[in-house]
Amino acid sequence: MKQTHRNHPTYWAFLLHRISGVLLAIFIPVHLYVLSLAVTDGALLDEFLRWSSTPIVKLMETGMVVMLAAHLTGGLRLLGLEFLGWVSWQKTMVALSVGISLAIGLVFLLNAD
Amino acid sequence: MIQNTVRSETWLWLAQRTSAVVLAVCIAVHLTTMIIAMQGGVSTAEIAGRISGNPMWLVFYGIFLMAVAIHAPIGMRTVLLESTSLSAKRVGLLTMLLGLFVFVLGVRTILGLYQMVPAS
Repeated sequence: MKQTHRNHPTYWAFLLHRISGVLLAIFIPVHLYVLSLAVTDGALLDEFLRWSSTPIVKLMETGMVVMLAAHLTGGLRLLGLEFLGWVSWQKTMVALSVGISLAIGLVFLLNAD
Repeated sequence: MIQNTVRSETWLWLAQRTSAVVLAVCIAVHLTTMIIAMQGGVSTAEIAGRISGNPMWLVFYGIFLMAVAIHAPIGMRTVLLESTSLSAKRVGLLTMLLGLFVFVLGVRTILGLYQMVPAS
């Protein structure tokens, strides 16, 4: 049987929110650990930051920024849905959330040193 | 028993939404700060110079961390309950450990950065 309920922008929005959330939950402890190197081993952190300015790592970092922005904008959509009520333009909200997230990723990438 | 479960689910739902609102503000500030900081190049000295001795950043990151330590475990709890066959008790324990781990690591990092002496 074809699962038509899955072929809908808000289903993909749900999936994106879930995937970005799990990725962030894995990323945050690593991020905090790396940041703690500033206190315990500054030279090692500087070495890490030099490595992270290589294009491939910058791209991965940008991907993480897009995930964060997507979780933020998608989350705002959900908060609006739960507290302000249903609106007929849910698909537009999904499109806006994806568009804003990609734009934030682009601004990040363009400013990356 | 069922009433207790319903009540705790409601609290978790409320905590998840409240922390989400706090995070929305914090993440907007965080992303903006990162994009500005990157323009001059991020290094240990730059991070220390920005954060150490600044009580405003200490309070901001303290609030940011608390919201993350609440939001991430509750979210992961939902994901694990829905997509694995782990028992609710085990999922609760695992995600509570995640929250505690993030909180302790974060407090150590934030306090360390705040007390750091920036290299001159």
